[in-house]
Amino acid sequence: MYLTLHGVGKSFKNNTDEPVRVLENIDFDIKKGQFVSIVGPSGCGKSTLLYLISGLEKVTEGEIQVAGKKVTGPNPNRIVVFQEDGLFPWATVLDNVTYGLLLKKKPKQEAKEKAIEMLKTVHLSKYIDAYPHQLSGGMKQRVSIARALVMEPDILLMDEPFAALDEQTRMTLHNELIDIWKKTKVTILFVTHNIREAVTLSEKVIVMSTRPGKLKNTFTINKSEDGVTPDHIAFDLEQKILSELEEEMEKVLKEELGDDYNFKTRSVHRDTYGDMGSGI
Amino acid sequence: MVIWEVASRLSPVPDFMFPGVLQVLETLFTGLFSGQITEAIFRSVGRLLIGFFIATTLGLLLGYFIWRYKLVDDTLGFLVVALQSIPSIVWLPLAIVWFGLGEMAILFVVTIGATWTMTITTASGFKNVPKLYRRVARTFGSGGLHFVRTVIIPASVPQIISGMRLAWAFSWRALMAGELLGAGGGLGHLLETGRSLGQMDLVISVMIIIALIGTIIDNVVFTRLDKRVQKKWGLAT
Ligand SMILES: Nc1ncnc2c1ncn2[C@@H]1O[C@H](COP(=O)(O)OP(=O)(O)OP(=O)(O)O)[C@@H](O)[C@H]1O
Ligand SMILES: [Mg+2]
Repeated sequence: MYLTLHGVGKSFKNNTDEPVRVLENIDFDIKKGQFVSIVGPSGCGKSTLLYLISGLEKVTEGEIQVAGKKVTGPNPNRIVVFQEDGLFPWATVLDNVTYGLLLKKKPKQEAKEKAIEMLKTVHLSKYIDAYPHQLSGGMKQRVSIARALVMEPDILLMDEPFAALDEQTRMTLHNELIDIWKKTKVTILFVTHNIREAVTLSEKVIVMSTRPGKLKNTFTINKSEDGVTPDHIAFDLEQKILSELEEEMEKVLKEELGDDYNFKTRSVHRDTYGDMGSGI
Repeated sequence: MVIWEVASRLSPVPDFMFPGVLQVLETLFTGLFSGQITEAIFRSVGRLLIGFFIATTLGLLLGYFIWRYKLVDDTLGFLVVALQSIPSIVWLPLAIVWFGLGEMAILFVVTIGATWTMTITTASGFKNVPKLYRRVARTFGSGGLHFVRTVIIPASVPQIISGMRLAWAFSWRALMAGELLGAGGGLGHLLETGRSLGQMDLVISVMIIIALIGTIIDNVVFTRLDKRVQKKWGLAT
């Protein structure tokens, strides 16, 4: 196994209170070159999990290993694409993309060429000299993806990278990401709230439960030869994952609303199911 | 201006105490051409630039240490806040004792007023760098001084500029007060000269120059810089 998590837990110390337990007893392994999605309710610790794997945060329990080596800190072999674009506003698009390459001691000219090549892939070659404030949200997100991909990491940790995009751009970027993944065979961990996205893109979907965040279930997706998930399988899986998540949501609402819970969620539920029936 | 001229002509106060516009303008121009005012401008602005430069450098350094070391923050950081509330001219008596009544004393007063402000804004700028930028830099392998140079400093530029603007205002005021009281020429001193010679036209001319320089630097240099930076850093709405 390439990436293994062994009994990983994470607590945050808040000033005076007792530590808050965010993740508990996470165990999984991922093969080299696998595309794995992670879904789960908001606040269940998906971002935190990615930070732990990247080494940006330290585990409080357990161990994370990459290719047999324990993760102790950040390493440019594992790049995070953050939930927000995180571009440096004072630097041009090109300088943002070459930032990591220059840190890897790549010669300037070579770094520049690589960056321009990658910006072409995400259709932004016209904007190399622009500053982030001159770009739209979707364009910024594409720059931040280019900035990560150009590093040719072994593991790409993507935190809802497409959440802020419109359907059209998202679909284009899905295709590009799949192309790049096939070409480079990079291992991808992809956090998303979009179940369809998870099912279409990945080979494995991890569903997390919340408070504290744990593994709830794992689904393996049988892709056909060309890497596409057949429609009926995709639909079936979507339903299964959705019901898992709904269970989680119920749990969250129950905690938050206490006695009011039954009344409120029932009515919402009926609506969703009604919609689904008529929409299909 | 017309009102001023008329008021001056009609008022019972003698001309040298309340000169008219024309007289003031005349003094202003002859002063500029003869070099009396021009020289004073150069002296004052030169001093200001030196003091401002030292204050900015010191402020950046102190701010860095406050940000970097918790111990410095708990000790010096606290002290600086207290020191900042002292109007800079209050330092003059001490400065005169230490350096004598001259160039150094004035420079000291100009520098000290701006230094604390600069220190505070720098430290708070560094502390407020978004966590996201930190994470981005670290995931790409940055750390240590490289991180300070490529992320912490550029990310704090908007704060540093508003700090410089404040620091500039402090040193400008301190400079005038210092020159007025101390020796060694400059615009403040010229004011004092005008007063002792009973030349109110000269005094008003110098006041006009002081106002002009202040406005130009603040509105033209800093406001523009501020706007551009705010926009680029994505802070302006
Ligand atoms: N630095 C921190 N200090 C204290 N608590 C934190 C910290 N970072 C995250 N948390 C807490 O950890 C929990 C999980 O946060 P995380 O950002 O990982 O959730 P998430 O699953 O990514 O949510 P979302 O889907 O909304 O992005 C939250 O309850 C959050 O309040
Ligand atoms: Mg998140």
